[in-house]
Amino acid sequence: MESIQRTIQLRLKPTRHDGEGQRVAEAAQRHLGLRTGRVQSTALYTVRYPLTDEQLHSFATRCLQDPVLHDVALDEFRPIDSIYKSYILVAKLPGVTDDEGISAQNALGDFLNQPLDTHTQHIFSKRLYFLEHELPAQDLRRLAEELLGNKMINRFETGPLSELRDYTPRPGGGADAITELVPLVGLTDEELVKLSKDNLYALNLEEMRAVRDHYATIAAEREDAGLPADPTDCELEIIAQTWSEHCKHKEFSAVINYKDAATGETKQIDSLFKTYIRNATAEVDRQLRQNGNDWLIKVFSDNAGAVRINPESLFVWKVETHNSPSAIDPYGGAITGILGNNRDPLATGIGGARLLFNTNVLCFGNPEFSGELLTNQLHPRRIFEGVRKGIEDGGNKSGVPTVNGSIVFDDRYAGKPLVYCGTGAVMPMQLAGQDSWEKKIDPQDRIIMAGGRVGKDGIHGATFSSIELDETSPATAVQIGSPITQKLAMDFLIIATRRGLIKCSTDNGAGGLSSSVGELATISGGAVVELEKVPLKYSGLRPWEIFVSESQERFSLAVEPARLDELLALGREMEVELTDIGYFTADGYLDVRFAGEAVAKLDMHFLHDGVPRKVLEAELAPVAAQEPTLPAETDYTDTLRRLLGSLNICSRESVIRQYDHEVKGRTVVKPLMGATGQAPQDAAVVRFNFESWEGVAVSNGILPRYGDLDAYQMSAGSFDEAVRQIIAVGGKLPNLTPGDGTFWSVNDNFCVPDSVYDPATNPDGKHKLAKLVQMCEALRDATAAYCIPLTSGKDSMKNDFKADGVKISVPPTVLYSMTAKMDDVRRAMTSDFKQQDDVVYLIGETYDELGGSEFYALHGELGANVPQVRFDKAKELYTLVGEANDQHLIQSCHDLSDGGLAVALAEATFGYGFGADVELTGELSLTAQLFSESHSRFVATVAPEDVVAFEALLKGRATRLGTVTGNGRLTVRHAGQVVVDADVAELRDVWSNGPVNKVIGLDLDAVRNANEGSTSGLG
Amino acid sequence: MEDKPLMPDLNTPPHQQRDDTPPPQTADGNFLVPGFKSVDTGHETTEPLKSQQEQAENQKPKTQNQLVQALILTGFGINCEEEFAAAYRLAGAEPTIVHLNQVLHGEVSIHDFDILNFPGGFSFGDDLGSGVVLANKLRYRKNAEGRTLLDDIRQFIAEGKFVLGICNGFQVLVKLGLLPDLAGNVTPEVTLTHNASGRYEDRWVRLKVNPAANTPFLKGMDTLEVPVRHGEGRLIISDEATREHIVQRGLNVLTYCDASGCEVSAYPHNPNGADLNCAGLTDTTGQVFGLMPHPEAYLSLYNHPEWTRRKRQDPTLSEEGDGLRIFRNIVEHVQQHATQLHVEAASAS
Repeated sequence: MESIQRTIQLRLKPTRHDGEGQRVAEAAQRHLGLRTGRVQSTALYTVRYPLTDEQLHSFATRCLQDPVLHDVALDEFRPIDSIYKSYILVAKLPGVTDDEGISAQNALGDFLNQPLDTHTQHIFSKRLYFLEHELPAQDLRRLAEELLGNKMINRFETGPLSELRDYTPRPGGGADAITELVPLVGLTDEELVKLSKDNLYALNLEEMRAVRDHYATIAAEREDAGLPADPTDCELEIIAQTWSEHCKHKEFSAVINYKDAATGETKQIDSLFKTYIRNATAEVDRQLRQNGNDWLIKVFSDNAGAVRINPESLFVWKVETHNSPSAIDPYGGAITGILGNNRDPLATGIGGARLLFNTNVLCFGNPEFSGELLTNQLHPRRIFEGVRKGIEDGGNKSGVPTVNGSIVFDDRYAGKPLVYCGTGAVMPMQLAGQDSWEKKIDPQDRIIMAGGRVGKDGIHGATFSSIELDETSPATAVQIGSPITQKLAMDFLIIATRRGLIKCSTDNGAGGLSSSVGELATISGGAVVELEKVPLKYSGLRPWEIFVSESQERFSLAVEPARLDELLALGREMEVELTDIGYFTADGYLDVRFAGEAVAKLDMHFLHDGVPRKVLEAELAPVAAQEPTLPAETDYTDTLRRLLGSLNICSRESVIRQYDHEVKGRTVVKPLMGATGQAPQDAAVVRFNFESWEGVAVSNGILPRYGDLDAYQMSAGSFDEAVRQIIAVGGKLPNLTPGDGTFWSVNDNFCVPDSVYDPATNPDGKHKLAKLVQMCEALRDATAAYCIPLTSGKDSMKNDFKADGVKISVPPTVLYSMTAKMDDVRRAMTSDFKQQDDVVYLIGETYDELGGSEFYALHGELGANVPQVRFDKAKELYTLVGEANDQHLIQSCHDLSDGGLAVALAEATFGYGFGADVELTGELSLTAQLFSESHSRFVATVAPEDVVAFEALLKGRATRLGTVTGNGRLTVRHAGQVVVDADVAELRDVWSNGPVNKVIGLDLDAVRNANEGSTSGLG
Repeated sequence: MEDKPLMPDLNTPPHQQRDDTPPPQTADGNFLVPGFKSVDTGHETTEPLKSQQEQAENQKPKTQNQLVQALILTGFGINCEEEFAAAYRLAGAEPTIVHLNQVLHGEVSIHDFDILNFPGGFSFGDDLGSGVVLANKLRYRKNAEGRTLLDDIRQFIAEGKFVLGICNGFQVLVKLGLLPDLAGNVTPEVTLTHNASGRYEDRWVRLKVNPAANTPFLKGMDTLEVPVRHGEGRLIISDEATREHIVQRGLNVLTYCDASGCEVSAYPHNPNGADLNCAGLTDTTGQVFGLMPHPEAYLSLYNHPEWTRRKRQDPTLSEEGDGLRIFRNIVEHVQQHATQLHVEAASAS
């Protein structure tokens, strides 16, 4: 079949507008400053399958061509007319998932009405672009690599049209299945360290020594068992994956010697996780249970946390990060982040939860950055656009609504962006008569791999994310996601679990099979894996590569032998590839074989508990900060405008609208609401189903700026922000009344720069670690104060990018992602002013806390007075707001955050264009009253008839500011003067035309022109 | 994180043990669950807590076999089947979600149903153009008897039954040539392609029903609000004669309009630049109906972006969404038709 290779080209008919070509031309000009002239885009399908000319022609015209849009050319690579001078061909590298090619192959099978051998790729999709101008080779290559593809995934051919070269990947070839030995005994410390670095084990000296010593002690035992004394490559890879920071959280489990330089106080912390997270949640759980609230079902011990919604179902919640891959390949990193995070709830307990929603929080550098980039550093705008597209495809194509999110900008995210992906899901308490949240495995149960095939993509993802990025970071660490493959696997899991065919499941994420099987094997006490059975995308993988590959969309399932046939039949029916790759044992070993030969045999106890504990040093250095002296404020209206148009406050509509936020038909509070569709909301509210009004509120708290002043208050503030957002949409604190069943489920995600002290490479490591300790202390205090438990979480400890001798480190960042039960989603509140003459209140107290505020940032200042969380007062207030909402006393409620009261008032007018007339009478300076970002505050409106009841209930915690007006103006008075006066439509305009919508937004004129072309229907 | 379960997993939480009589079993002890006809129709156990009013309505006169039967296809990336099923359930019909392969392999026959539904989603990832691969499968994949599903669908329509496609489902019907099918030979006459904006968008639009529309799906409706959520919803009618036919026969049943109900071509009212500002089409019989926007995503008042204000203004406002009316319409139409047949049959005997 070697000789047969035919190519089908689809090009738009000359009368059709080539939108893609136009976008390429515009983007080349806008982002790269390249003038391409006109660009024509065409699609190529190279067919490597024996077809007659007639078959090929019929397939092309009947299956691929849209007769209204396309012309078809066979075995031609020509543009439609002769004006074009250059070309760029974008093909895929060998082994890279080619969904479009596979779909075309699927169509060919249908067309021929015969099953095609799915183990071979017969059709390869490519794009071919023709450019009007003759561009130099380097510009074409730049255009290709920066706009049209990614050099780690794509192969580009470029040049003048006269020299057009085709490229079709030829997967396969390469080494045979070889397992090598890696001798450790006798290696010096330097050699151990070098070995770890060269092989990307990401293990430090002490860990390498522990491995070496372990092998020395078991040498005789291994020889008795017929095994080599030295470790195999596979064994070391398994140890490296399992011991990676990503999988083992070594720094969160370390012993930390903490010292506060200012007070001289010292203490030893025995694991941040145990001390501040697990123990704190255990205490919360005790209090909850004491009060008859027993909804905490599963915390920290599975892929996602689970809480009980009602006697029949569980809510499953997981948030994690995908930072390193997103820095290298923003689109691929983000889409695999979403899909990978989706697999966590899907594979919690027995598995088969139904996904309810996604949420995303993103941290980027300034997209309008105009300085020099470091080697292999991607421009923040490119990262932003790529990540956004990845989230769009990952969520939309999976049919999971992206119900809310947040984007934070700070130049320190320009090296490594933070990409947090969250997923909520619902699972029945019982699946085929079993407790759904339990994972049970017995010896002899089969290990089934479900989903996609294994390739070299994503090898070393787990270890790779545990080191800092530099210019030599490996290409193989990037995975390629296929939402459709995963959707098929997801549909399959849902049915298989409900039929009782699966005992339990876990996802193949970081570390691939080595992690998933390794973890499941701890339940039964061992496993035998037969790697030769694992289906591959192409030949040439070594056994260790098969075992650690992070090829996506895969699950590992534990299946009773008696159920195997039924399960495999279901897989065939639903077109999900299932492979029996071994069985569970109870002998205490992870035993990996390839065609009967030993590839790895590891003592599970050593594998999971043998990692040496780290001892780390933390020392808090005092932060020198002071309040700035600013020139007297003259034009508050203008300041408000500038705040509304600033990067961290302006509208994200162009991003939000490209995410499907209402598939499944259950989203009750969407990210943007109101008649304008532009009123930003504090938290999302989603119904669980169509038959009850129970639902869940979802929020995100993240405030990295405050960490520059006080890491404790930053973390406490982030926690409070997420809590008050849920209160603002009508949620209630947990445990207020016995047995109220109001579950809360919180995930913590710490993303910090390298915090391990090293005198040469990380001289301020101790201070960074001390900040992390403070963040954890705040977390403990917050959970205790609100009685809100953590259910799962993640930490990412090496968020640094190093190149050309420069290091860009993220600011210490923590995200609290919260979910809380709403008994009746019809009681949800939204932020927008709804009716003229409603009375406007400020709920909560304002302090002189401009430190770290957006107002100071506007003046290039940081200040000192960081907002403090006063937990007791906050809790009392939130309880009162909940009661007021119960009594139907609140018409709108918006939490105060970036930009303070002034921004919150403006945002509340965006839904319907009502104005407000308010007067500030507090004792603080006007600047503080308007722009201070003190926590635990809301702007709310109350109907005139409810004012008396509302004020009586709030007991002085609400300050009457004024009324909602119908004149479309926001007017703020102070001491007899009008200090802010603006047309709300104009404010909304400033906010909507901020930098984010400009960077990501539509060229409205172009869209209008394109729409002009459409004809009228009703006349 | 690193530690093994210590709490609360060890104190197993109290939960209600169900008194579950096991489902019927085969001789070897496996559960017998028929096909993919999921008992939970895509919902978890929390879901069937119907409001008492609905329950009373549904229980009123009908017996099981009198319920209108709606077949909802899923699989291969289709993802709106759950809300589709909810829509039919709320409209008083019995929805059945079935994997496409069950139908292609002949395990489920579309002829046992009254309404065939193609939900939205990303069938086959929209590779090769939205809906193309699925349409191709329906047209070419033959079952054991050598029939394609398209053969069955044509027969289904000829028998006077109904086909509904939303979003990706509409794209499938158009690429298959079932819409608008002016010539009656199921050949694609129009197409749906990338939005003029070049991007996927989720936003709410207002639609005007063409007064000349002749389809039970839209009976008695004038305007409705619904969300659009697509990247390839721009209807292109390249042929002048085709366009005239469509307009003449009122097949462009839904038109994007502004808040006052006037047709507009301006973005974002017309979110994709569609020809005729058209959001939905029927075939010449009115039995096949497809539209880009998602009526199944507006089943309840609380889906609407303005629901909080509307409820403030009118606390007695109906809790039903505009989208549900389409499903009520077709279910009622099929019911009445069935009653009519019943009456005719009775009087004939």
